[in-house]
Amino acid sequence: MDPLDVLADAAENLYPARMQMALSLGWHIIFSCFGIAFPLITVVTEWLGHRRDDAALTALAHTFAKAMGVLFAAGAVSGTLLSFEMGILWPRLMDRFGELFGFPFVLEGFAFFIEAIFVGVYLFGWNRLSPRAHMLSALPMAVSGMAGAFFVVAANAWMNNPTGFALDAQGRITDARPWAAMFGPSTWPQVVHMLLGAHMVTGFTIASVYAVGMLRGRREPRHRAGLLIPLVFAAVITPVQIGVGDWIATTVAENQPAKLAAMEAQFETTAGASLSLGGIYSDDELRYALEIPYGLSLLVHHDPSGVVLGLEEFPADERPPVNVVHLAYDTMVALGSALLLLAAWFGWSWWRRRRIPGTTWFLRAVAVSGAAAVVALEAGWVTTEVGRQPWIVYGLMRTADAVSPAPGLYLGFYAVVVIYLLLTALTVFVLRRLAHSGDTAAPQEVDATTPDPSTGEVAVR
Amino acid sequence: MTLAELVLSVMFVGLIAYGLFGGADFGAGIWDLLAGGTRRGARQRDLIERSIAPVWEANHVWLIFVIVVLWTAFSGAFAAVASTLYVPLTLAAFGMIARGAAFAFRKSITTLGMRRFLGAAFALSSLVTPYFLGAVVGGVASGRVPAGIAAGDVVTSWVNPTSVLGGVLAVLVCAYLAAVFLCGDARREGSEDLADQFRVRALGTATLTGGIGIAGLFVLRADAPLLFDGLTGRAAPVVGVSVLAGVAALVLLVTRRFSAARAASALAVTAILVGWAVAQYPYLLLPEVTIEEAARGRATLVAMLVALVVGAVILLPALWYLYSLFQRSPSAPAAPRPLAPASPGGAAG
Repeated sequence: MDPLDVLADAAENLYPARMQMALSLGWHIIFSCFGIAFPLITVVTEWLGHRRDDAALTALAHTFAKAMGVLFAAGAVSGTLLSFEMGILWPRLMDRFGELFGFPFVLEGFAFFIEAIFVGVYLFGWNRLSPRAHMLSALPMAVSGMAGAFFVVAANAWMNNPTGFALDAQGRITDARPWAAMFGPSTWPQVVHMLLGAHMVTGFTIASVYAVGMLRGRREPRHRAGLLIPLVFAAVITPVQIGVGDWIATTVAENQPAKLAAMEAQFETTAGASLSLGGIYSDDELRYALEIPYGLSLLVHHDPSGVVLGLEEFPADERPPVNVVHLAYDTMVALGSALLLLAAWFGWSWWRRRRIPGTTWFLRAVAVSGAAAVVALEAGWVTTEVGRQPWIVYGLMRTADAVSPAPGLYLGFYAVVVIYLLLTALTVFVLRRLAHSGDTAAPQEVDATTPDPSTGEVAVR
Repeated sequence: MTLAELVLSVMFVGLIAYGLFGGADFGAGIWDLLAGGTRRGARQRDLIERSIAPVWEANHVWLIFVIVVLWTAFSGAFAAVASTLYVPLTLAAFGMIARGAAFAFRKSITTLGMRRFLGAAFALSSLVTPYFLGAVVGGVASGRVPAGIAAGDVVTSWVNPTSVLGGVLAVLVCAYLAAVFLCGDARREGSEDLADQFRVRALGTATLTGGIGIAGLFVLRADAPLLFDGLTGRAAPVVGVSVLAGVAALVLLVTRRFSAARAASALAVTAILVGWAVAQYPYLLLPEVTIEEAARGRATLVAMLVALVVGAVILLPALWYLYSLFQRSPSAPAAPRPLAPASPGGAAG
């Protein structure tokens, strides 16, 4: 085959491959949040119900468990596709860096396996195991969910900050040290940020479902607990997350200055740089932005006169797409701040009066907090992924050089769009059913019977 | 045995587990497809659903395990396979999504039309997914995946006689395994008539698989001579074990000794997979890339082995607990029966 053909194919594949990966990951990341945080929230609810001998709380925990089962199943099938796509779309990444980049995924394989096993045990064991054994079975589920997040985010952190190897003159890996590669400078800030984000997404989303119910007039104890328990999780974690955000910004400034410059749409290297909110970046200049004097230097260096590197320091073909990164970053920060206000409101009311704020405006705010947390999550993820461009492995391999040149690869993107539309519709449909009828079975449960075909619509249980 | 061979062997144990557990899972879906009309097939579908519901996720994680070990320890060969065979791999992944989603969600849905749609999606994808995976094996085993990124033909690498044989055999083996396992499950539920239905199916698919296996040898001689030489040469004893175990399983099925038939069937399938590996040895990608050439650095392989051993120490008791819990299942009125052919708790069934 003419080598030019191969190049043409790779160029044709690049954009659809990136979009396919973005869609698959962007979908999966939401469900992995629930895989990380939902087990803990569920078992705490179960434990409270058990300790207080409160049937309403126990029933609530059972509903949580079923929803967790549905979300886990959706996450599992979308995760399977990802493991295929890694090789199908980015074979050159795997070929050159697989032994380093791939290793955390081996450990993640185990973590996911353990989690799948104990999701099965937990759902199947409801009313079959003793309460104590049942609650204990949730612990491996919660721990392995968080461990899995560590391994996947460690792999991503390695792409941002590759360490743990030496290169020979041809750029090939020599002396690969996979354990060292897993603990690069970006790993801990990214992992902690993700774990906290997962708890925020899960807590606010569940709370928002029950807030909608309360707005519709449902005020029984079970509904109040359904709002309160996840909201406490989310509200406690939100201020911590803001602090971690500062840690991660400093790490990025140190290791990926081009990403930080794009996040802030900063073209010129400046001492005492101001923080720019919003605006449109074009022709090396940010227009219509709200400026906070010295804000950026303070944020990055904790010093108003600190020097922040601008995009001008990098060749034009090594700069990320500025507008996407800048606006995504601002979106994340804005929504995170709004959620912090909500958490403070809730915390104040709880501290002073031991109850949730009485106004319906509070319920309305909680009702949209789930969507806000999910959008913030996606925006943060876009910031880190698009901010790394044009590199797939920062400074070492360009995304354009990693994509498969196989002819026709781009067609897969269209198929993936259709599949994810269907999958989303199905998941939402099942969760809505679950919300309306607590008897709906989760995928891992086995006491459901098939409906009688003569009636069309029958109870499942 | 070298370090690389050791890592590859552990991966292969995962592949065998996937072949048995995941295979029986796919096969159960195939029988769901062939169970007949909504009313007539209802009891069979119920049995199938109860058998696989609690374990279906765990059964399919084996494949993820195989993939991640390959891409870390044998990155270059993995990249060559994934890029050349991207079409069947993508289709298999789509099949897994359709299957997982449909199976997971259909019991939460009560409208008949939706359930039928999801049931059909589940059953159909249970048929096509193993076909594509078998076709991938056929492409690799017949030497159609050269080293290099997308270096092979993206069509003929999986549309060829050996791939068709691999795909058809994979489907038949899945159906056979499921039928054998479902015999035992049906008996434990006290449904002797259902057990008998699946016994007939097991005998039928066993005969068909054997027949196609023998015919397949001629296909391999013409289309994949290296593999043929290996199978009839170095791997001949292993193939012999497979044939003997297969015949023993037939006898045990005829005499209705279902637990023993499970074990014999699992042995037959394991032996045929091992036979493929022995026939291909020492090549990872026939006919040019050996296992040693494809293996990555020593530090990676050692780290991998440590991870695999520690992981197994944690995983195996958990897995044992999962299967034994479903086997015991004391207080459940309609006790569920998992497909657990090789688990310590399951063998007693």
